[in-house]
Amino acid sequence: MTKNKLISVRDVYKEYNNGQVVALSGCNIDVERGEVVVIIGPSGSGKSTLLRSLNMLEPPTRGEIYFDGVNLAGRDVNVDLHRRKMGMVFQHFNLFPHKTVLQNITLAPVRLKLRPQKEATADAMRLLGRIGLSDKANEYPAMLSGGQKQRIAIIRALAMNPEVMLFDEPTSALDPEMVGEVLDLMQELAEGGMTMIIVTHEMGFAKEVASRAVFMDGGAILEDDTPTNVFEHPRNDRLKDFLSKLL
Amino acid sequence: MGIFHFGTTSFFNFSFLPRYLSFFVKGIEYTLLLSVTAVAVAVFPALLLAIMRLSKNRLIRSISGAYIAVFRSTPLMVQLSLVYFGIFGVIRLPAVTLFGFINISMFIPGVVALALNSAAYVAEIFRAGILAVDIGQTEAARSLGLSSWQSMSDVVLPQAIKNVLPALANELITMVKESSICSTLGMMELMWGAKTVASTTYITLGPYVLAALIYFAVNFPASKGIEAIERRMRRGDKK
Ligand SMILES: Nc1ncnc2c1ncn2[C@@H]1O[C@H](COP(=O)(O)OP(=O)(O)OP(=O)(O)O)[C@@H](O)[C@H]1O
Ligand SMILES: [Mg+2]
Repeated sequence: MTKNKLISVRDVYKEYNNGQVVALSGCNIDVERGEVVVIIGPSGSGKSTLLRSLNMLEPPTRGEIYFDGVNLAGRDVNVDLHRRKMGMVFQHFNLFPHKTVLQNITLAPVRLKLRPQKEATADAMRLLGRIGLSDKANEYPAMLSGGQKQRIAIIRALAMNPEVMLFDEPTSALDPEMVGEVLDLMQELAEGGMTMIIVTHEMGFAKEVASRAVFMDGGAILEDDTPTNVFEHPRNDRLKDFLSKLL
Repeated sequence: MGIFHFGTTSFFNFSFLPRYLSFFVKGIEYTLLLSVTAVAVAVFPALLLAIMRLSKNRLIRSISGAYIAVFRSTPLMVQLSLVYFGIFGVIRLPAVTLFGFINISMFIPGVVALALNSAAYVAEIFRAGILAVDIGQTEAARSLGLSSWQSMSDVVLPQAIKNVLPALANELITMVKESSICSTLGMMELMWGAKTVASTTYITLGPYVLAALIYFAVNFPASKGIEAIERRMRRGDKK
């Protein structure tokens, strides 16, 4: 295994209802540190399932998922320990509504005894300052716009100092005018060298920011190449079909 | 005779009041103390039962399921008798009196029986409350590295409990009514007061009418209050 390889997915299958639904049928993918991988594909193609299998929110039925050299799908692995290093951002933000913005950000670092409350608060304020939302620290999520919620969900994950950030359609639930602020923050992260895996329908963003693009259909990875090759010179017929429908 | 007369079988004969008012005042106090304590005591085991009910382990799930089934499928009167004569026939409590009218050796068995019964109902309330919390909350908590217990205690339960507070308050109202069954064992709550006054004065209906009025005066405003709070909570959630 090369030194820079952070994630390695080996022959991963995911079945539901005793095999009646096959969400992933033998996926293989490697991600190196610093890469920004976008995953595209039609609805139901298995994009979310693949992304969520990386941090075991959806444990695979078969196959191996190496993170930092450890097979998370193996027996006797403390997945909680590894999840700390894998930030995840959801379509619907999933901020904790009963906690303030600041508490949302500091909950995990403090609860997991990674940092004392004071230090975690200082970190959180620094992150909030970076996205220009310092004044929202003591607000509850209900008082925020969608774009603000998603940016706070992103820094909540960043507060854990993750080695990789996983995004599942982070802008799909946003009003159009708020998509930009979230994509800008993600681009900033990418430029800062963060390893990112992003399921998205934002093709413009994908072309501009990604170092690699992966096309999925029917639970399989059908293309895995540079964004230019995937978007400008698609070889796979289903990818061609998918791209033509986007225009 | 119609009902509008003032004999001993009149609905409106309250002539016992001046002398026996204290039976009703003390009675409702006893009733409230008994119900509030029982529901408060029930909350913790109920939470445990609810979490067990949602466990991945089948044995743990069925233990909780069996408890809930037994207590929901048998009469409270039977449960009360078994607790009072069974458990507290073995465990002897001292006859200490609280506030001058609450005999511990009766009160505690009453609380235990009502709490054991209530726990089964409150467990189902908690279970529904936990299931009503969006699964995304657990996923977000787990993705940050929190264990399943930490996610439950820090993220899911606080939201679940807030959502079930109205249902818990309704359980308390139910308990205020159901606790009247404790009068059969001589606990001096409101129903016992009414019965005792009726048998001492031979005024057979008036005391029960008064008891009914008192139960109503406590429970009806309380349930209206809960409805109002529920409406406000629902409006708050939409924001
Ligand atoms: N819990 C589940 N039980 C049964 N089937 C499921 C479950 N989760 C996902 N599936 C199925 O697995 C397949 C892949 O789903 P997945 O959510 O990964 O697709 P997706 O590519 O993310 O789609 P979308 O673009 O709509 O989000 C779908 O056919 C879906 O119906
Ligand atoms: Mg999806």
